[in-house]
Amino acid sequence: MKHHAFIAAGFGGQGVMLFGKILSLAAMYENLYTTWLPSYGPEMRGGTANCTVVLSEEYIASPVVDQPTEVIAFNIPSMYKFEKLLPENGILLLNSSVIDRDPERTDIQVFKIPANDIADELGNVKVQNMVMLGAYLKATGAVSFDSVKKALEKSLKGKKAELLDINLKAIEAGMNALVK
Amino acid sequence: MAEKVMVKGTEAIGEAAIRAGCRLYFGYPITPQSELTEYMSRRMPQVDGVFLQAESEVAAVNMLYGAASTGHRVMTSTSSPGYSLMQEGVSYIAGAELPVVFVNVVRGGPGLGDIQPAQSDYFQATKGGGHGDYRLVVYGPESLQEAVELTAKAFDVADKYRNPALILADGMLGQMMEPVEFPEFRDLSTLPDHSSWAMQGAKGREPHKITSFDINEYVLEQMNLRYQEKYKKIIENEQMWEEYKTDDADIIIVAYGTMGRIAKTIVNMAREKGVKAGLFRPITLWPYPYEALAKLADQAKLFFTVEMSMGQMVEDVKLAVNGKKTVEFYGRTGGVVPTPNEVLAKLMELI
Amino acid sequence: MSYKIKFKGPESLSGKEFTYCPGCHHGIVHRLVAEVIDELGIREKTLMVAPVGCSVFAYEFFDVDGTVAPHGRAPAVATGMKRAMPENVVFTYQGDGDLAAIGTAEILHAANRGEKITTIFINNAIYGMTGGQMAPTTLLGMKTTTSPYGRSAENEGYPLHMAELLSNLPGVAYLARTKVNKPQDVLKTKKMIKKAFLAQIEGKGFGMVEVLSTCPTNWGIPPVEANKWLEENMVPEYPLGVYVDKVGDEK
Repeated sequence: MKHHAFIAAGFGGQGVMLFGKILSLAAMYENLYTTWLPSYGPEMRGGTANCTVVLSEEYIASPVVDQPTEVIAFNIPSMYKFEKLLPENGILLLNSSVIDRDPERTDIQVFKIPANDIADELGNVKVQNMVMLGAYLKATGAVSFDSVKKALEKSLKGKKAELLDINLKAIEAGMNALVK
Repeated sequence: MAEKVMVKGTEAIGEAAIRAGCRLYFGYPITPQSELTEYMSRRMPQVDGVFLQAESEVAAVNMLYGAASTGHRVMTSTSSPGYSLMQEGVSYIAGAELPVVFVNVVRGGPGLGDIQPAQSDYFQATKGGGHGDYRLVVYGPESLQEAVELTAKAFDVADKYRNPALILADGMLGQMMEPVEFPEFRDLSTLPDHSSWAMQGAKGREPHKITSFDINEYVLEQMNLRYQEKYKKIIENEQMWEEYKTDDADIIIVAYGTMGRIAKTIVNMAREKGVKAGLFRPITLWPYPYEALAKLADQAKLFFTVEMSMGQMVEDVKLAVNGKKTVEFYGRTGGVVPTPNEVLAKLMELI
Repeated sequence: MSYKIKFKGPESLSGKEFTYCPGCHHGIVHRLVAEVIDELGIREKTLMVAPVGCSVFAYEFFDVDGTVAPHGRAPAVATGMKRAMPENVVFTYQGDGDLAAIGTAEILHAANRGEKITTIFINNAIYGMTGGQMAPTTLLGMKTTTSPYGRSAENEGYPLHMAELLSNLPGVAYLARTKVNKPQDVLKTKKMIKKAFLAQIEGKGFGMVEVLSTCPTNWGIPPVEANKWLEENMVPEYPLGVYVDKVGDEK
C-alpha cells in the first residue's frame, strides 16, 4: 500500500510550505488521501517552519505523524530536529547548499542536493524548493511528475503563471541531481 | 459528484457556510482562524452577501443578534479568547432563541494562552459559558469533509429549533489542508421562512418582539421551561457519534474532533499489538450521546478518554459509564497535540 | 351623538402605559419619536433596539418590531439588523450609562462607519434603573450613590461629551443636542429627531439626537425644580445645538 508521511522543514521564506502543498495537491489528483498540516505562528525553537504531509491509499486517521517516512531538511536546525524521528533506513533529503554538515544518524538513507546552486544556475535561486521536490519525486516515486505539473499549474495563477516553466525545470533538475 | 478541492480548514467552513445560504458574516480577526474572516471578506461580496469586520468580538456577536433577529442565516468565527468575549451575546442569543452559527477554532488557554490547537474550551462550549440555563448544539468535526457537512447541518438545526449552534474546531483543523467535496449552493428561496417571528417590519400584523427578557419571574420561568422542552427534543433527535472497531473491543477510547481522528490510528496500532481497542467518537458534544456510550459499558473492560485538555469531556464519559467500568484519562494541554505513539504507550501501561 | 376625533396619540406608540417616574423626560421623547415615525409613514418598516436601563421596556411602548440589546450594544445590534434589512428603518434608544459608558465602543464605531441607523440618546447625568449611580455624564461635584462626596475630576474624570466627540466623525450625517424641559424645546427636538431619521432614510449616514433630560427620582428633587436644575446646570456643561447637519432643510 502506498503511504508516505513526510516532514519538510526550513527557514520561513524557503518555500517549505509550498513544497508540501504541491505534493499534497498532486496526491489529490492521483485520488490518494492526503493531509497537509502546517506548523503555524512564530516558531520559537530553532527558527524553523515546517509542514507534515501524508499521502496514502487509505483514509488518513492521524494527520499528526510521530514517525515520518521521509524528512526534507532545508536548513541545519531542521535536519537535527527531525532526523531523529526517521525509522531505520528512512529517507533524509538535504539542501546541501545550505546544510554544510552531516546528520547524526548513520542508519538512514541520506541524499544531498545542492538545491540553491542548481536553482541559481537556472536563473532563480527561489526555485530551490522545487529542486528539492524533484529530488523527492526521484527518491520516493510518491506521485508522478505529471500530477506535480498539474498541481503547479493550479497553484501558479495570474502573474505567477510565467514562473511555471522555471519551476518545472527546477523539478527536472532536482530529479536528475539525485543519484540513487 | 462535485470535484474535490484542496482547502484549508478555515476556508472549508467558510465556503460551506456560504453554500448553506449564509449571506451575513460579522467577525473580528484572531489567530488561528483569521483566514476564515479573510475568506468571508473576499467571498461575501461575490455572492451579494454582507461581510463586516466588527470593532470587537463583543460588537460582532451583537451584530449577529441583530441580523439573526431579522430571520437571516448568519455566522461568525473566532478563537478561544474571542469566544470568551462573545459569551454575553451568546447567552442573549440563546435566550432570544435566535438561529446563529458560531465557529470556535480553539487554541491553548487559559488567558491569552497560545495559538496552538487545543480542546480546553469543552466546558465553555457544552456546559454554558455565558449566564443562564441554556444550551447550544455543539458539533466537533474530525476532518475537513466532516466540518463542511456539519456546518451545513448546524445552519439547518439552528433554524429548525431556533437555537444557536457551535462548530467546535481547533487550531489544527483550522490550519490543515485536505481535499474536500463541497455540496451544491443552497437555493436561497428554499431556506426556512421565519416571517412568523422575525423582525422584518410590522406591516399588516402585530409587532414582533424578540427578547431574552421578562421582569416577572414566573413568566421568565415559563420561558425557561419552553427552552427546556426544545432542548429535550434536540436531545432526542440530534445526537451524532461514530463508532470505530467497537464491535469486539475490550478497550474503548473516547475522543472527539482532531483527537478523535488521531485516535483511529491509535486503535489500529493497539490492534497490531493484539489489544482489542475501539473508538467512540462523539460528533455532537451537546447533546452528548450518553446512551450510546453507556451501551458499550457492558461489553468493554476499560474506557480511555483522550483529550487536548486536562480532562473536560472525561466528565461526560464518566456520567455515561456511570461507575460500571473504570474511566482513565490522558491529555496534553496548552496547545500540545498528543502523538499516536505517546497515547499508545499510555494505553499499554493501563492494561 | 357622534364624536369627532380632534386629538389622539401617535399610532407608533402601542398604548401601553409608560413605567417612567413622574417628571421623567423619557415619556416626552418617546412620544416625539413616535410622532416622527407616524409623520414619515415608516411604522411598518421600523425596527427598534431598546437598551438596558430605565427605557429597557421601550420596545413594548412602541408599536413597531422591537428587541432589547445587551447593555451598551444597541448600535451593534442595530448594525446587524440594518445590514440584513437595508430597506428598513432601524433606531436605537439609549441612556447615558448604556451609550456613554459600557457602550462607548459600539456607538463610536457605528457612527464612524456611517451606519445608516438613528440613535436617540437620553442624557440625564445619572444611572436611573440601578438607583442613582454615577454616569460618565454626571457633572463635576454632583452627588450620586457611587460618588457620595460629589464627582471629582481627579478621581472620576470629566463629564463625557458624546455629541462633541462624535461630531468629528465623517460617518455622522446628523447630530444635535437638545432638551425638552420647555414647550418650544419640545417642538425643536421633534424637528431634530425627524432629521436624524431622514439622515438614515436618505442614505446619508448615522444620525443621533442627544436629549438632556431630568431624573427627579434619582436627583432627589421635584419635577419642576428638576427642569430648572437641568437648565442651570446641565445646559452650561453640555452646549445645545446642531453639531452636524448633512440632511439640509425640508423642502
